[in-house]
Amino acid sequence: MLKTFIVGILLGIAAAAGALYAIPVVDQYREASIISVAPNGGNLESFHINVPMDRVMNGASGQTAELPIGLRWPDDPILANVSSEIFKLRNAKDAVVGVALRTVAHEKGADVVDWVINLPARGSLFINMDPPSQEGGHRIGRLRAGSREFGPLSGFVTERWIADTSGEEDAPAGRIELLATYVGKAELPNEIAPESPE
Amino acid sequence: MKYLLALTIGLLTGVALFVAGLVYNPLFSKASLSPLAVTDSQTITLGYPAVATETIVTTNDGESHTKPHPEKVLQLWEAPIRQTSVMAALLWDGRSRAAGFGIKVSSTSEKTRLLDGQAIVDSIWYVYLPGRGSLFIEQTENYWNYLRDIVLPARRSSSNTWRGTWLGNLSIGPGALGTAKVSGGSGEFRGLEMLAVELLSVRAWHADHGVIAGEGQLVIELPSETSIEFETDEEEQL
Repeated sequence: MLKTFIVGILLGIAAAAGALYAIPVVDQYREASIISVAPNGGNLESFHINVPMDRVMNGASGQTAELPIGLRWPDDPILANVSSEIFKLRNAKDAVVGVALRTVAHEKGADVVDWVINLPARGSLFINMDPPSQEGGHRIGRLRAGSREFGPLSGFVTERWIADTSGEEDAPAGRIELLATYVGKAELPNEIAPESPE
Repeated sequence: MKYLLALTIGLLTGVALFVAGLVYNPLFSKASLSPLAVTDSQTITLGYPAVATETIVTTNDGESHTKPHPEKVLQLWEAPIRQTSVMAALLWDGRSRAAGFGIKVSSTSEKTRLLDGQAIVDSIWYVYLPGRGSLFIEQTENYWNYLRDIVLPARRSSSNTWRGTWLGNLSIGPGALGTAKVSGGSGEFRGLEMLAVELLSVRAWHADHGVIAGEGQLVIELPSETSIEFETDEEEQL
């Protein structure tokens, strides 16, 4: 009987180790990526945010309507000219696929408009927008950095506000469209590019 | 019959021994020293609250140890973001003055290998320091020591609470030395590539609330060739 007990112990250890090895502890749910090829090269991926239902946080100094209810945006003067929003992010099929962060700051020299797109199963994109709006009301920004799947990519992202005109009762007020264009391999930024030996 | 009983008890003992061996495996490292602790370069140290109720916003799927804050914040319940949490907080410098704000987005990672002592979380930080610029931090974190040293003892405690002093270096990558990768976005950081580590200090943890006393810290190493004005004495000394 002692032998059976010892065999049981060994089997128990083997079974636990095997189960931990074979069964994934974390299994991220993935929506299929909807990527198309741009006519002039690169890949296009479209995301959007339904406003206001996808807005998680809207923080800014002196705002009258707090979102979420109970939000206490720091009243420190250092954040006086900074506003930040957190959104749920949707793909072209209107399925939530990630989270997006948008920060706007009014600095003395130049304004800052930054986006971060986070897709948990894939990685993140950090985009530094050109603050002035382009013709048609959209902004364009360079893909400054990316993580995991997006780490080796360069490209740009455009943001555009599209007001809802459907007139439906439960329709959003509009949506923020983010169109990402992945052009190719990321290169060292000009500021830190190695100097020519000449 | 008695052989079947012996086998069953043996199996359960085997599983228990395996779990104990896994948790108390001395080969799995204890909290390690920050690789930036010995750097000669200038560093920026930014503190943040590790307690959800002290943050601006904390949200997740609503079923985590850490309860969303404020209570009515939109929760991340959709399948692709269910294992993700978002935290926005005021950041303070080495003199405990407000330095800016940061948002952290963390997701449990499929790279998790409990057999190797790796409870992996992929996370990013967006940091904005008014007057200086913005930063994007990408990192892989390992919460194994945190789970083993805090969460497990708290679960075993009759009060579901852990109290003590725990300081851990969470960052294990993607840098070769276990550092996070930092990309400058705007202002004086524009175009810079830097390294960082994230440290967590916990003094109390509860199974129903997560961290109830503690702080986090981001230490960012500036490139040695840059000349950035010191914001604090601490930075200057470093």
